Amino acid sequence: MSEIIKLTAAEIAAKVASGELTAVEVTEAHLARIDAVDEKVHAFLHVDREGALAQAREVDAKRERGEELGPLAGVPLALKDIFTTKGVPTTVGSKILEGWIPPYDATLTKRLKDADVVILGKTNMDEFAMGSSTENSAYGPTGNPWDLTKIPGGSGGGSSAALAAYEAPLAIGTDTGGSIRQPAAVTGTVGVKPTYGAVSRYGMVAFSSSLDQGGPCARTVLDAALLHEVIAGHDPLDSTSIDAPVPPVVEAARNGSVAGMRVGVVKQFRGEGYQAGVIQRFDESVELLKELGAEIVELDCPSFDLALAAYYLIAPSECSSNLARFDAMRYGLRVGDDGTRSAEDVTALTREAGFGPEVKRRVMLGTYALSSGYYDAYYGSAQKVRTLISRDFDKSFEQVDVIVSPTTPTTAFAIGERADDPMAMYLADLCTIPTNLAGNSAMSLPCGLAPEDGLPVGLQIIAPAMKDDRLYKVGAAVEAAFTERWGHPILEEAPSL
Amino acid sequence: MTVTELVSYEEALATFEPVMGLEVHVELGTKTKMFCGCSTELGAEPNSQTCPTCLGMPGSLPVVNAVGVESAVKIGLALNCEIAEWCRFARKNYFYPDMPKNFQTSQYDEPIAFNGYLDVQLEDGEVFRVEIERAHMEEDTGKSTHVGGATGRIHGASHSLLDYNRAGIPLIEIVTKPITGAGERAPEVAKAYVAELRELIKALGVSEARMEMGQMRCDVNLSLMPKGAQKFGTRSETKNVNSLRSVERAARFEIQRHAAVLSSGGTILQETRHFHEEDGSTTSGRIKEEAEDYRYFPEPDLVPVAPSREWVEELRAGLPELPRVRRNRLREEWGVSEHDMQSILNAGAVDLIVATIEAGADAASARKWWMGELSRRANEAGTDLAAMEITPEQVARVCALVAEGFLNDKLARQVIEGVLAGEGAPDEVVEKRGLKVVSDEGALGTAVDEAIAANAGIADKIRSGKVAAAGALVGAVMKATRGQADAARVRELILERLGVEG
Repeated sequence: MSEIIKLTAAEIAAKVASGELTAVEVTEAHLARIDAVDEKVHAFLHVDREGALAQAREVDAKRERGEELGPLAGVPLALKDIFTTKGVPTTVGSKILEGWIPPYDATLTKRLKDADVVILGKTNMDEFAMGSSTENSAYGPTGNPWDLTKIPGGSGGGSSAALAAYEAPLAIGTDTGGSIRQPAAVTGTVGVKPTYGAVSRYGMVAFSSSLDQGGPCARTVLDAALLHEVIAGHDPLDSTSIDAPVPPVVEAARNGSVAGMRVGVVKQFRGEGYQAGVIQRFDESVELLKELGAEIVELDCPSFDLALAAYYLIAPSECSSNLARFDAMRYGLRVGDDGTRSAEDVTALTREAGFGPEVKRRVMLGTYALSSGYYDAYYGSAQKVRTLISRDFDKSFEQVDVIVSPTTPTTAFAIGERADDPMAMYLADLCTIPTNLAGNSAMSLPCGLAPEDGLPVGLQIIAPAMKDDRLYKVGAAVEAAFTERWGHPILEEAPSL
Repeated sequence: MTVTELVSYEEALATFEPVMGLEVHVELGTKTKMFCGCSTELGAEPNSQTCPTCLGMPGSLPVVNAVGVESAVKIGLALNCEIAEWCRFARKNYFYPDMPKNFQTSQYDEPIAFNGYLDVQLEDGEVFRVEIERAHMEEDTGKSTHVGGATGRIHGASHSLLDYNRAGIPLIEIVTKPITGAGERAPEVAKAYVAELRELIKALGVSEARMEMGQMRCDVNLSLMPKGAQKFGTRSETKNVNSLRSVERAARFEIQRHAAVLSSGGTILQETRHFHEEDGSTTSGRIKEEAEDYRYFPEPDLVPVAPSREWVEELRAGLPELPRVRRNRLREEWGVSEHDMQSILNAGAVDLIVATIEAGADAASARKWWMGELSRRANEAGTDLAAMEITPEQVARVCALVAEGFLNDKLARQVIEGVLAGEGAPDEVVEKRGLKVVSDEGALGTAVDEAIAANAGIADKIRSGKVAAAGALVGAVMKATRGQADAARVRELILERLGVEG
């Protein structure tokens, strides 16, 4: 294995800046790794070899001309296939957008390019980000590099698998109910869902507008912070984007510490359905935090028990409206247009062929939940629960600086195991959903391997809105302590591919 | 199409009381669309004014047009509405091929303006108050052109062409409360309301509100109930009635049609209806068996609109004089009758006359030229008065030339003809055509002397006191000077020469 692919993003950026490595060398090393392993992992839906090398050459040329380089210049990145990329296919893991070449770059894509980050390609995902295993991709599942028969989490399983398989040092995910954090947890990587509104949604194909949030994925807390700083910030093209300075996340990641911090543990985040090994590693993490000087506070957030139900009304409702635009008129798939059928028939046939079962299920759920006569009972009640959850968070953050929990109740399950049981699948997001409903920020980072199956366990850290820096301060401290304890980063324990 | 036997209008009104609801959509005259930066210019190549947002591309997001919100608040204030302190957009979910997102970004239970009224003046001067339910912001859809059918409607067409240039153009929908108590004047009230609203929108400068261009579109909802009843009947919704005259005709037709159906024991279906310009009738569109379910919910891609009270008051203070108030003020200033004012209004001459007066003319002259000679010529040419190739300043100059005695009315008409023909400003036309009244006393004196010499008999009559006979001599002088003399001065000179007191 080439040593380049083992480097962190921070290291690569430094070496490219100093001239020790060229961006082209770095890019070629990662493309070679993709060639070697992605047939097995299937993290990528589209590898943009030419585009990536062109970008890398431009970075090297800029350096030679003595121009100032972006903070992550020459660092390769795997982009979730939910962000539009001008001239490069964007499918959202769906057949309905097969063949669509977006005419515009998402704001996030633009920011990455402006920062001289090299985009290797687009990663696999559950169709329209609906799922927790990447099995709902219309283009086949992704394997977990720890065990290719296991799921890499979802919806952003492609991004987390690319990191764990050393196909890229950085990746982008989106998190509507846990789609950054849960994949990070089950692959032994780091993923952050920033505060809602921190990262522009312009050009990010919508699943549930009021919950969706793009964020950084990496193998280290510092790398995630460096990427966070590049992608976050106000965007006038997104009305829900926050017009305020980005919290000092990089500074926090470089100065990890929990000394004197109050850390909350929520009573509702354990119990039935939690794997013993997950609870064990979580409890050890809490002990570690204590050792590192944190004060642990027990919290009661009764509304969190209602979060999953509220989420499965709000997200489908919004998606039923967001996905209505896929009508075969202007872009993407068109089925049955043989000159004899009406526009409505063509739309129906296209949707029948182009949407997978989970997408159809949620569109139907949402359409029903929004219908007159049911709106108050379903969508209306769910919005009330959302308010209650925000209040529980507000009350909690009066007592603590951050909250910790397991990221997901179990380690990676086998591909196919929950495919026919949507409810079992939905439970994977039990601990992550409350944060999306309240709009605050959270991180998942590795806290060990579950003794029973040897698979990674994620620790979730939750901070108030626009206090994303706390995630990195605590995350960096925990990461340093664990790495010292283990003697190496946890990914070293993954079997080689 | 079912042919309905109508009952006479008088008969209908003898039994029933009409209840109307008017929904007017106004396209705002903003430079850019409601939720993106695309141009709103009319007449561009199809689909040339589009972007990911107004095409509903995956990933695109809306941003509210601040001028659109300001226009909505101004309209709300001018309609005496309350302005919401906080309101949201909502998604109205329904499927239509020319609607890019398959939902319309609109407002539902939180309109930006609500609870207002508009006083409208009927032709005889009576003022009728129309209550306003709400005014809300939304976006227009694209435009379908159905190809291959006989009628241009979708029925029978082989395919449709979609133009999204219109998609996302800001609309304000203004909805009245049920209009009751208008009785037989209901159609007139409907017309007067739409006319007044159009004047108001234009006065606010938020839209040109040209109905023939589709910038203002009206739906006429109408039902009948037996006289004295409290409960409204079932309504029909006549869509896209797009001229003032049509609004009146549609209301009138529906009153007669409803009365016919109800009188013969039938029931009115709640349905949309199409209006036909040719004969003023309406025909059945689509039947609404149950209320359509638009699955409204708050638009999560937009933040709430919260107009500050200070800003609202600032806008209120900056509102122009409302059209009806202005019209009444001008009517008094100009000293014209209600009827004449209505004619001036119908001719579209109010602003032209005001501008002419501002340029120095007196009210009577300004009105005389615009409503007389210029209206006649506009009529002949089949154009709007405002489109005539003469400016209020030029008309004012003609008035001044007449007042100063340089022109008489006959010559003034020739000057106007010259200006309209592109011969230049009034003074240039006078110069080029040699139209000045002959005021050279020497030349005029000679002409008078010649006339007296040539008509000795008449001159004698005048000398003997028959002053009225002077007219014949004046005519002779005018003829000799080809009409360029000031007739009054000619008469003075004749009497002077003949030693008679005028």
